[in-house]
Amino acid sequence: MPLEGTAAPILDVRRLVKSYGTVQVLRSVDLAVRPSELVFVIGPSGSGKSTLLRCCNRLEEPDSGQIIVDGSDMLAASTDLAAMRLKIGMVFQSFNLSPHMTALGNVTLALRKVLRLARAEADDRGRAALDRVGLADKTGAYPSELSGGQQQRVAIARCLALEPKIVLFDEPTSALDPELVGSVLAVMRDLKVQGMTMVVVSHEMRFARDAADRVIFMDKGVIVEQGTPAAIFGAPQEERTRAFVAEIMR
Amino acid sequence: MDLAHFLDTFFRPDLIRSSIPLIGKGMLITIQIAVAVVITGFALGFALAILRARGMRAINALIIVFVDVLRALPPLVPVLLIYFGLPGLGINLSSFAVLWLVLSLVLAAFVEEIVWAGILSVRKGQWDAARSTGLGFLPMLTHVILPQAVRLTIPPLTNRTIAITKNTALGTVIGVGEILNQATTAVSFSGNATPLMVGAVAYLIIFIPVVMLGGWIERRFAWKRA
Repeated sequence: MPLEGTAAPILDVRRLVKSYGTVQVLRSVDLAVRPSELVFVIGPSGSGKSTLLRCCNRLEEPDSGQIIVDGSDMLAASTDLAAMRLKIGMVFQSFNLSPHMTALGNVTLALRKVLRLARAEADDRGRAALDRVGLADKTGAYPSELSGGQQQRVAIARCLALEPKIVLFDEPTSALDPELVGSVLAVMRDLKVQGMTMVVVSHEMRFARDAADRVIFMDKGVIVEQGTPAAIFGAPQEERTRAFVAEIMR
Repeated sequence: MDLAHFLDTFFRPDLIRSSIPLIGKGMLITIQIAVAVVITGFALGFALAILRARGMRAINALIIVFVDVLRALPPLVPVLLIYFGLPGLGINLSSFAVLWLVLSLVLAAFVEEIVWAGILSVRKGQWDAARSTGLGFLPMLTHVILPQAVRLTIPPLTNRTIAITKNTALGTVIGVGEILNQATTAVSFSGNATPLMVGAVAYLIIFIPVVMLGGWIERRFAWKRA
């Protein structure tokens, strides 16, 4: 399906291939994400969704293909990987906050050690980021003192503080108790309204329907089908998509 | 055996008095070596663990050989080997330096292994998160990984520190004038075990606070896991 719009993509993935041993996890995946777009990636487990995200900021090294982020080649030997990673935020299923640091400490670490901001300036930016996720009153709290939903919002603030061009969400609500999911989705919805570019791997189909610009269905390492939420959930063209959608909508 | 005989063997007042200055001198030397060994042993052990975390195959193989050899050998063996061997190569180290060097290497081997195990125990997501925010290898290790790794390893690190620093007593075989050396010398002059008992008390004076400090550090750095 051709992409609408003319703006240059923030993230442009071409013919991405990744194998673990003899298992091909990604078989030539193409994905272009335009500014302010919210792309939802769905698919059965093992379909390569997480690997796709993790290749985009090179937490995994792809075997071949191209990844262009904000006009720069992510895979070029000359790439300043640290600088590039500042442009791509990532939110993990298990939050991955450091337990020995407060919320503010977690949020400001990269500001101080990568951007080399002075502590006062980093703290200001960190507090502003925590405020954006509704946790202005939790700056001094340790992760163990926060609920899962709050921890995930701190992790989102950790991304936002770095002012990324795009944020990748890898199953951001899968580790949360059902009653805590809403607070995280609300933050993501706010980001969408504010124009943040996002790629979300998730099983929150209601959220996908409401908020996504585009839904991508992946299976066995390839993009099987993509389109608007209405098209993918309402009238999927491919048999595999139909089967998956029927399964998750039950 | 009556009480008087027992006291005469282990607690003769005149020998207690006369051995205290010698044992005191030995305590100073024991403390000096122990402190030096802890500083260099920890520095080298941490450096090796950090180096190993870089994952360079050839270097890691060397580290593993170094660590396994030093953990397998009774420390007395390298002490004697180096003390009697190096002069043959034209290198003359004082007995103090030999003891410091060997115990530092042994402690470094254990520290490396313990810290490495701690590093491995830190969940993979912690590395992912640090890398995804652009942190380089050293800041990631020092600010994210090691603080978590070390807290888990404080009990084995304190145990090992105590075990290795007690091995300063090995210095007696190569003539380092530490506690045991002073005590055995005094014993051979007096033919009575009292100086050894004074030496034992001296070890307790040094190491009971160390044991208590270790317990305090363990409680101080315990933290709730998220």
